[in-house]
Amino acid sequence: MADKRKPLLEAKGICKYFGGLKAVEEVDMQIMQGEIFGIIGPNGAGKTTFFNVCTGIYPPTKGKIFFEGEDITGISPEKAAQKRIARTFQNLQLFKFMTVLDNVKIGCHIKTSSNLFDAIVHTKKYRRDEEYAIEKSLDILRSIDLYEYRDTMAGNLSYGMQRKVEIARALALDPKILLLDEPAAGMNPPETRSLMEFIKMLNKEGYTITVIEHDMKFVMNSCDRILVLNFGEKIFEGTPDEVKVNKEVQSAYFGRGLVAGEALK
Amino acid sequence: MSKVKELFNKYQVLVYILLLALLCAVPFILPKAVYVRYACNILMYATLAGSLNIINGYSGQTCLGQAGFFAIGAYTMAALSTKFGISFWLLLPFAGILAAFVGFLVSLPTLKLKGIYLSIVTLGASEIIRIIAQTWTPVTGGAMGIKQIPYPELFGLDTFRPKYYYFIFLVIAVVFLFVTKRVLNSRVGRSWIAIREDEIAAKSLGVQTSFYKSLNFMYGAFWAGVVGCAYAPFVNYIEASQFSTDTGFNVLAMIVIGGQGTLIGPIVGSTIVTLLTETLRFLESWRYVIYAVLIIAMMWLRPQGIAGASRSILAGGKIKRKKQAEGAEGGVTNG
Repeated sequence: MADKRKPLLEAKGICKYFGGLKAVEEVDMQIMQGEIFGIIGPNGAGKTTFFNVCTGIYPPTKGKIFFEGEDITGISPEKAAQKRIARTFQNLQLFKFMTVLDNVKIGCHIKTSSNLFDAIVHTKKYRRDEEYAIEKSLDILRSIDLYEYRDTMAGNLSYGMQRKVEIARALALDPKILLLDEPAAGMNPPETRSLMEFIKMLNKEGYTITVIEHDMKFVMNSCDRILVLNFGEKIFEGTPDEVKVNKEVQSAYFGRGLVAGEALK
Repeated sequence: MSKVKELFNKYQVLVYILLLALLCAVPFILPKAVYVRYACNILMYATLAGSLNIINGYSGQTCLGQAGFFAIGAYTMAALSTKFGISFWLLLPFAGILAAFVGFLVSLPTLKLKGIYLSIVTLGASEIIRIIAQTWTPVTGGAMGIKQIPYPELFGLDTFRPKYYYFIFLVIAVVFLFVTKRVLNSRVGRSWIAIREDEIAAKSLGVQTSFYKSLNFMYGAFWAGVVGCAYAPFVNYIEASQFSTDTGFNVLAMIVIGGQGTLIGPIVGSTIVTLLTETLRFLESWRYVIYAVLIIAMMWLRPQGIAGASRSILAGGKIKRKKQAEGAEGGVTNG
């Protein structure tokens, strides 16, 4: 069923080398419209690097990226955002000293267009843009339960909350695809659960979502398909149930010895 | 505290009108002409420091070459008014535009540079402008400078007296603050601040950082040019040495001491530095030592300056968790 839909974001043979280090090697990926796609793998497997290549932070050494069928290999992060590919960062890149509302307002940048002149003269366009930015931001904050913190400085919030602010900011782009890099890191179990519900709800509203995550409960319960990376290479791709029983995935996580049953003897 | 703010918000317009009336009365209250001259200097440097603050304080780039943009404004006025008799009021925006154009040129190589490298390029650009002014004799008068720059006409007042020239600086400062406040509270201003706080995040949200950094340079240079244009007739005689890097550092000292990232900071800085310069004149060049100590102390104790944006990366990247609920004012100007 899922495979009949159009691929939204497609990676073909992506390689990324840093000098002699092969961070990502020949990875193919197809993210379909409307699914939740998970990327997992042990630490240092190249998940974040792969993400960065997809969103234009790094150009790939080899390979091509397609978005809605269009070749976007090597575009700048700004251009990627303008194509409404939104992302969050593993180690939080919030505007820590700005209020939560201002953080989200900056996310409205590409949806507004007033320039210096509009700002000085307060033209109709300026007023429309400001109104839009505030309304949109407050709507998002309401939906993600951050409304009461709108005037708090983002850096003053707890780690889990800051993650949510980052997601809120990405949502302000009205993204066609939302790439979340370890959204549940630093959250406690109830927070993780509510985040999972929120992501599922977003998906129902029509957002296509990709997550890198270490929390297996999170990944197995929310993702439609999962890509498994190890040492920069793709070792498996499939549904959560297939991933659970795959021998290669198990050995990547637990070691070959345990899977073969030797370690327990 | 919040009550004071509430009251202020309620009577905001009234407060501004009163403040403006008070400022208008200043040249008539001050007993000596020389004090009025100081007041003129304070206003002029407040706007010049404000223009540097746009670049250093709001988009977080480090420009050391504000003296260069200032020189362009001053020479535009001096050369065109003495040679062709063009009116001051026409040259005022023109000087700004010319400076903004040079600002654009300077911003081109700096888009890929950051921190200290960017500073060096801007410093070099400022020196190049000064050397051109010193050697391009047919236009800038070379080492002789340009004398007898005509005074601007202002409702038939004798603008050669500081008492009336004061109003020209006042108008420029007020317009600068008014326009800049509007820009900062818009999409453009937010982008600048976002670049200051976290450039990668700004990029990932679709802010074309190169464009906004360039625009930021141009905007800052524009106002430096305008102030330069007003400076030339005020001193009546300009020559290249007035625009050396000393002037640039002097302005930089103002925003470091007064505070970066707020509109009020440069005004505070300009007042302090100008008054210190005048009161410590008897120390001669030793007063620079006092500046140095002051700047070092400021960087150490309060990196964002006296009235600087404490809620910003400028404050040393530390977040004070004193008041969780604080931040009700919510403006991007941080007070």
